[in-house]
Amino acid sequence: MLSIAEIANSLQQWLMATFSPGWATLIEFVLVGTLVLSFFAFLGLVLVFMERKVSAYMQLRVGPNRVGFRGTAQTLADTIKLVVKEGLTPDGADKFLFNFAPFLVLITSMLLMAPIAFAKDFQIWDINIGVLYISAVSSISVIGVLMAGWSSNNKYSLLGAMRSGAQIVSYELSAGLAIMSVVILVGSLSLNDIIASQQNGWWIFKGHIPVIISFVIYIIAVTAETNRAPFDLAEAESELTAGFHTEYSGMKFALFFLAEYVNIFIVCAIGATLFLGGWMPLHIGSWEGFNHIMDFIPSSVWFMGKTFFLIFVIMWFRWTFPRLRIDQLLNLEWKYLLPISLFNLLLVTFIALMGWHF
Amino acid sequence: MSFLTNYFSTIYTSVRSLLKGMWKTGYYFTHHKEIITQNYPENRDSLNLPERFRGEVVMTHNEENEHRCTGCTACELACPNGTIKIVTKFDITPEGKKKKALDTFVYHLELCTMCNLCVEACPTGAIKMDQAFEHSVYDRRLLTKKLNRPDSKLMEGVE
Amino acid sequence: MLEEIGTTEQGDLVINVGPQHPSTHGVLHLVITLNGETIKKVEPHLGYIHRSIEKMCESLTYRQFIYSTSRMDYLSAHMNNHACAMAVEQGLGLEIPARARVIRILMSELTRLASHQLWWGAMAMDVGAITPFFHAFREREMINDIMEETCGARLTMNYMVPGGVMFDLHPNFQVKTKDFVRFFRSKFDEYDELVTNNIIFQERMKNVGRISAEDAVSFGCSGPVARASGVSSDIRKLAPYEGYDQLNFTEALETAGDNYARYLVRMQEMRTSLSIIDQLIDNIPEGDFQAKTKAVLKLPKGEYYSRVETARGDFGVYIVSEGGTTPYRIKFRSPGFSNLSALDHIARGCKIGDLVAIMGSLDLVIPDIDR
Repeated sequence: MLSIAEIANSLQQWLMATFSPGWATLIEFVLVGTLVLSFFAFLGLVLVFMERKVSAYMQLRVGPNRVGFRGTAQTLADTIKLVVKEGLTPDGADKFLFNFAPFLVLITSMLLMAPIAFAKDFQIWDINIGVLYISAVSSISVIGVLMAGWSSNNKYSLLGAMRSGAQIVSYELSAGLAIMSVVILVGSLSLNDIIASQQNGWWIFKGHIPVIISFVIYIIAVTAETNRAPFDLAEAESELTAGFHTEYSGMKFALFFLAEYVNIFIVCAIGATLFLGGWMPLHIGSWEGFNHIMDFIPSSVWFMGKTFFLIFVIMWFRWTFPRLRIDQLLNLEWKYLLPISLFNLLLVTFIALMGWHF
Repeated sequence: MSFLTNYFSTIYTSVRSLLKGMWKTGYYFTHHKEIITQNYPENRDSLNLPERFRGEVVMTHNEENEHRCTGCTACELACPNGTIKIVTKFDITPEGKKKKALDTFVYHLELCTMCNLCVEACPTGAIKMDQAFEHSVYDRRLLTKKLNRPDSKLMEGVE
Repeated sequence: MLEEIGTTEQGDLVINVGPQHPSTHGVLHLVITLNGETIKKVEPHLGYIHRSIEKMCESLTYRQFIYSTSRMDYLSAHMNNHACAMAVEQGLGLEIPARARVIRILMSELTRLASHQLWWGAMAMDVGAITPFFHAFREREMINDIMEETCGARLTMNYMVPGGVMFDLHPNFQVKTKDFVRFFRSKFDEYDELVTNNIIFQERMKNVGRISAEDAVSFGCSGPVARASGVSSDIRKLAPYEGYDQLNFTEALETAGDNYARYLVRMQEMRTSLSIIDQLIDNIPEGDFQAKTKAVLKLPKGEYYSRVETARGDFGVYIVSEGGTTPYRIKFRSPGFSNLSALDHIARGCKIGDLVAIMGSLDLVIPDIDR
């Protein structure tokens, strides 16, 4: 069976055989970079289209249906429009920071792509502290948001950026603690080990109620971390017009937009990896026949299916709930999510120590 | 203890209310027959506007190209916006008498608010409201219309 | 204005909200002074959509000026027209046929429903939920269709004329209205599931934007804003017109005076309107829909005042006549203006997000405020 991992392997062997090791590595770098970039663009197109369709159906509308087949080319047309638009820099803005911020946000999400396992044995960087790396790098994006808000010389942007700072910093705590519960059960920080440990069942099934609780907390926390409604206070359309990216236009705005969607993809991919088994097919105990059929579905399909399901759930939140107020947002984190996840962590540790999980 | 029960019952009711809302939006996401929007320019033919819908003022003409407007300017006086301007001329009747008649019925669509007061004021029923609603043009001069057709004349017996 | 900005303390943030802002529902301009996220002062600036309707009306005849009031509070166009028609009828001493009265009440209640539905969607959108807005439009569309069929227009109907209404009811009116009432009743639970019971929505609304009964009275608030503070102010009850006194309905009253109370009052009013429609829809008397009037209306010298309960509150028309065909002076008492004046008092000490929610709960229509 032809798998993505085999293609990648044979490509590497061919490169190694044709060029000297140094050149081969360099070519691989360029290849991977191009692939990540094009995957970014593809994700942006697909997710924006998906969001528009999801919102449309929930709002009794049809959604984009004119450009291309059933409107599929709509986001492409929008992208072309954004590319040809003039990227304004406001007069009083800090020019360097203003132009640098969107790239910082985008680069952060690019870095996060590295340790994610997209399919069986298909990973950009197999790092043994994958989870730690993700938690650490994802915090950088808040700097980009703060930079954008401050350098715009716009009060709405400043308010949005400050809100976003308070929000991301506090919700990182419970996201981290939720991730920790799986790490404790597995006993490893490597994403590959975590996936391998779910061979006989995903953690959300194996880990009893505590893992389900941490899964829910993780979803809530990452929704807040990616500034999505109902926690989209940094943008808060009806309050701050567009929050930290009020002054951005054209491609610079598009980069923020892209980074938002890529971030959603990444947090959902991590959620799928930790709790739903990543690329691991659905296996049920001793049903050999069923397990065998499930193995026939390619691992990349499993991974993408799980990730997109989580993305859909996050979109579902956005198009159902009203927005929280800033003090309620922080209340929810410090009074509810953090105590619960701390207590939950204790429970998980206890379960792991006693070996009560399946 | 009551603090704890309070704490958890708050969480329970909150989560329940949120899930109920999600159930509702989830229902609409999966039931596409509930969609209420229409694909507008495509369904132009099936658009069914009620006969009272007020889109623009038109003057009715019969097959012999005759209208019922006597040029009495009742509509012009009734109009709150100066939308209607009636230019009259003097016809010579067969008996050799001069008679006031309509020359041009000028209608400024761009000023019209579709209030229907002119139609109500018309003593002879010469004008009525039409259902056409797609009025956008690239040149606003096109919005100033002449309602009586060329060479049309007053219907026999209308005073 | 400059001196006032000068008096703000160091570290305060002065922000112009509007005239182009997603949450002001029009061209309202608020200058807000912030301390962090907390609002210290709100200063509304008006006049961006001032069309001097009152002055324009002085050059229009008594038949003509009614249409222009549709452009004030465009969401309760029928009720505005109704008040004007009533003021003119008062001057002429006209007796309105019974059928016309019932039609007027039916149309007014349908307009109130449409207005409150739009408000419901906009309220949810102000606190960040976009989906309910479209759901509200589904039901509002049915009302618009009914209006279109009978009155000929969807928003600025100009259906009320001195002496009655412009046309008779469309033959489909009763069937369609009954359909609508049935459909809307079945969707009311959905409104609750989507918005009212939602914990985030309740947290955003409860105990926010409180105004006491005394303050509501002294700011001249009317309509749901006053009733949410426990001030009985329903003109349909206090000064019944067109036979509202023969109907069986209760005035929606809440005592909390916060955003949520205003929300509940409007939801209750929708139910009241439905019950009023229920009482009348099968009992429309036969007869003329318009009283006989002269071609040219002349009001005797004097002053005439009439008031109706629009979706936003107490709407009054004051006509001074010198005996001619046009009014000497017209003054409209619009509910939005007085309700807006309480905004600064209500919003002080709230967060920015609350300001948006408060504006939504006051249900401001800017052309009504500016006229």
